[in-house]
Amino acid sequence: MANKSILVVGGGISGITAAVEAAEVGYEVFLVEKNPYLGGKVSQINEYFPKLCPPNCGLEINFQRIKKNPKIRVITMAKVENISGQEGNFDVTVKINPRYITDGCTGCGKCAEVCPVERADDFNFGLSKTKAVYLPQPFAFPMKYVIDSTACNGASCGKCAEVCEFKAVDLAMGAKTMKLNVGAVIWATGWDSYPVEKLANYGSGTVANAISNLMMERLAALTGPTAGKIVRPSDGKEPKNIAFVQCAGSRDENHQKACSSVCCMATLKQISYVKKQYPDAKVTIYYMDIRAMGKHEDFYNKIKEYDITMIKGKPSEIKEDPETKDVIVLAENQITQEITELKYDLVVLATGMAPATAVAKVPAAVAYDVDGFVLSGSVPGIYAAGCVAKPGDVASSVQGATAAVIKAIQSSVRG
Amino acid sequence: MAKKLGFFLCTGCGIGEALDAAALTKVAAKEYKVPVCKEHNYLCSAEGVDLIKAEIEGQGLDGVIIAACSSRVNADVFRFPGVFLDRVNLREQCIWSHEPNDEDTQMLAEDQIRMGIEKVKAGEVPTPYLGENLSKAVLVVGGGLAGMTAALESAKAGYPVVLVEKEATLGGWLNKVYKTTPMAAPFTTPEDPNVAGRIAEIEANANIKVYTGAVIEKIAGGPGMFDAEINQGGNIVAERVGAIILATGSKDNVAQLDHLGYGKYPNVITHAQFEAMAKAGNIGAKKVAFIQCAGSRDPERLPYCSAACCVETLKQTIILKELAPEAMAYVFYKDIRSSGQYEHFYKAAQETGAVFIKGDIKGITEAGGKLVVESEDILLGGTARVEDIDLVVLANGMIPTTKATEAIVAAAGEGDAAAEAAATQEAAEKILNLQYRQGPELPNLKYGFPDSHFICFPYETRRTGIYACGSVRAPMDMAKAVSDATGAALKAIQCVEATAGGAAVHPRSGDLSYPEFALQRCTQCKRCTEECPFGAINEDAKGNPLPNPTRCRRCGTCMGACPERIISFKNYSVGMIGNMVKAVEVPEEDEEKPRILILACENDAIPALDMAGINRLKYNSWVRIVPVRCLGSLNLVWVADSMSKGFDGVLLLGCKHGEDYQCHFMKGSELAEIRLSKVSETLDRLGLESERVRMIQISIMDYAELPKIIDKFAEDLEEFGPNPMKGF
Repeated sequence: MANKSILVVGGGISGITAAVEAAEVGYEVFLVEKNPYLGGKVSQINEYFPKLCPPNCGLEINFQRIKKNPKIRVITMAKVENISGQEGNFDVTVKINPRYITDGCTGCGKCAEVCPVERADDFNFGLSKTKAVYLPQPFAFPMKYVIDSTACNGASCGKCAEVCEFKAVDLAMGAKTMKLNVGAVIWATGWDSYPVEKLANYGSGTVANAISNLMMERLAALTGPTAGKIVRPSDGKEPKNIAFVQCAGSRDENHQKACSSVCCMATLKQISYVKKQYPDAKVTIYYMDIRAMGKHEDFYNKIKEYDITMIKGKPSEIKEDPETKDVIVLAENQITQEITELKYDLVVLATGMAPATAVAKVPAAVAYDVDGFVLSGSVPGIYAAGCVAKPGDVASSVQGATAAVIKAIQSSVRG
Repeated sequence: MAKKLGFFLCTGCGIGEALDAAALTKVAAKEYKVPVCKEHNYLCSAEGVDLIKAEIEGQGLDGVIIAACSSRVNADVFRFPGVFLDRVNLREQCIWSHEPNDEDTQMLAEDQIRMGIEKVKAGEVPTPYLGENLSKAVLVVGGGLAGMTAALESAKAGYPVVLVEKEATLGGWLNKVYKTTPMAAPFTTPEDPNVAGRIAEIEANANIKVYTGAVIEKIAGGPGMFDAEINQGGNIVAERVGAIILATGSKDNVAQLDHLGYGKYPNVITHAQFEAMAKAGNIGAKKVAFIQCAGSRDPERLPYCSAACCVETLKQTIILKELAPEAMAYVFYKDIRSSGQYEHFYKAAQETGAVFIKGDIKGITEAGGKLVVESEDILLGGTARVEDIDLVVLANGMIPTTKATEAIVAAAGEGDAAAEAAATQEAAEKILNLQYRQGPELPNLKYGFPDSHFICFPYETRRTGIYACGSVRAPMDMAKAVSDATGAALKAIQCVEATAGGAAVHPRSGDLSYPEFALQRCTQCKRCTEECPFGAINEDAKGNPLPNPTRCRRCGTCMGACPERIISFKNYSVGMIGNMVKAVEVPEEDEEKPRILILACENDAIPALDMAGINRLKYNSWVRIVPVRCLGSLNLVWVADSMSKGFDGVLLLGCKHGEDYQCHFMKGSELAEIRLSKVSETLDRLGLESERVRMIQISIMDYAELPKIIDKFAEDLEEFGPNPMKGF
């Protein structure tokens, strides 16, 4: 008899959706996430387009669904190392990295109060700091602390262990390996921002005030490093003249060939962030096509009501003014066919979506497309969902993850 | 009602230091004579949980109050099947939000415990509603690409399927195309529509029963027990099904295209006509212009983008090259929206030599038997004028089939039977024909697409167990429609499984409670049948409600609407919340300790209050917080109860409503606001300031604002002075 349980790898919106949708049909689910919290990229986003509503609202409901459902087992800080077997009967090895905090943590936060060490907060792209023992993000689920061993002074300090009345600090915790047997696998490890380091003509990440669109989300978020105030990273100044550069690393023969499909709407949304804070700010978009699909056209029209300058074309070069740290954008003026050199306080690069498998492949013989996206079902019983399968927004990731679940169920039925 | 209670107080996380634990336990033990009262300094530990379990088993407890942290944490730890449980939040919403060792904080904690005990006294573990003769079959309405996909995917998962198609054969739009856009990587080559293959696969699947040339005559019942009558050429067949997938697709927009010469020049044709020519292998044109957004992205016509036309046109330029290699293609566009991996397809089309001209069309005219297209040219500047065109192909957009029923839905929403009948007549189109008091079709959003939380929960419509997919749900290309239909199949089988166990579907997934009606006290006011956001309640001829528990989403809107308070859930009722409100000890006027009742939506407002606590944001400790399922479940008697109890003000915290609503039950917070407007008049009549009752729309991210909102309300109440009804 085939194993009826389903392994979901990746705890972002696609993985969470796959897990709850499968469990609510009645299947046992293992949800494996590499971070110490669920929510993935969505938890870093300030608002969703087109409603401009907070992602934490939908996440909260999904977390409630997980909490209520004993069929879902969440395994954080974990990585799937090996998958063997076939549809209906996969043996899976999962490595669980040490959290140094046990399940006994109540989230009271006393450890962080006494911790003497700080670290750069990766949730905020290093724009803020946390203690070495920290709550991974304000809405963290599970609401348990974690220790960054690269920052922690270890047993020689031990202040956190001393103060924890619940003895939930275990500085000697080691990695563990877990074996699972499942009927099907849904791979939903998502995406990474296409590395700006690879964009040599855009300064390879050395231009301080040319930020990624994901960093813009953190700058605009109440839970971000600036409590929601959009400022220049170099000097904390309010930007008055901002450019958005679309397709940075996508729709590009030298980088990601595919279109990342969300960046247009993300930029339109981020224009609303800027305009709400700085109604007089000058906004320019460099674009190839504005892809506001379907009903999103309404949102595009709404944003166009702001006075924005739209320049069709991809900048050839982005560099920094060493004195002012302003950002200089070189592009061709489409009407005059002249190269223009314009200066901005802040430039937001709409860096595209690189599949997470560009860095961490599926440990099975699955096939990939030309941009590295996983071909779902290329190994029977292993399905891809969300942005590791195709670049997409939240709605399409949720939709695709739901679709992946019935494929996984069919594997159980067949296998 | 829970008979034997246990009270467990956690003193960990600073609760024991900030509050007088003994006094808290005394509330339970002395005031309420709770037979089992225990304190523990680490209740969520294995030892703490064992303590609770031992008491449950040893003492036969069926109701447990845990006074500790928020119910948002440790939900898996404090899980005691068969026991009615309430979590009194002494951490996030008490010691983390209020001064430690303070009289007011202590009073708050004690009142919250009183309310928790009242809640458990009034509640009981629900026994699920199990319908009779439940079906797990899935009815798919529409036999095009999406419908065929949904049918096959459901069947392959082991579920019986009934597939209904109004045309004589399956295939829908696929029958009309020469080739489809690519469905999978590498997304470069048009594909054979393979209608015969797809139909053969359906016919070979023993789980699928197909009715072609058939429409839905009517559908009664609810999830698990939908009774559908299928009219196949006048012959009515009855089928019982568990869930429904709406996959009736879209129609191509041919209205108002005269500005592009359609209807005037025979060689200005639609996208579909081009497919027909290609299918016939007959494209005699040498120069073809493709006009994108023909009637779409146009405020006068279809304001939205139809999402598929760009890739369809790219496909047609490739087909043109295949069938008429010498022909030239000119594509006039605003933006080429070959999103995602279709970028590869765009590239493939460009490689055929097609010319792309960006700009708005200025005019299409005829000269010497040929067509001339003039357009703005954004890339080269000025005006582009292409002459000697043999064929102009309009990428005309799509209109969901549900658009035709919009007037019916609107009339039904207003309860206007005559208008509904007239609209039905006019639409001449039956889709679902639901025998629902709130009308026969799915409620729509703008442009005729079905209403749903389209970002987070795209499949959830306002009719439980009915899932829309494909181009009837949103404009989409074919590959997307296949994926969309696959997901809808999952939702359908999930619904039939949940219903078989008597459980709710999203968002209260797994909830086993359902509303029960004490009908002998019903006054036939019809508020419940009108207000249910999901159309769950029908009516008999006299106006009595006829509940359909399997359609219910358990929001409690009916309960809030009912002036006679005859609707209740086993674990949630008007009486329960009323008792909680009445359990609060309201100090005398001269003590100068006003009291504020907060009724907070548990989906967003309660987490926001928790977040305020987690961030150690302080707010006024006169508040007493009662979580509600949805503000739609607000019964006005609670406001009356709190006023007569001597509360100085009531603050209602609910989700945003309106066009971009965030209410998880779609209409709940809006209905609460409407109800509240009515109570304001009453308060004014009683000489009470109507501002004593305030409703605020908040989101989960408003946690930093919440303390300010609460403090401002407290200040305003101080200005009004004490509730004159205090002490009566």
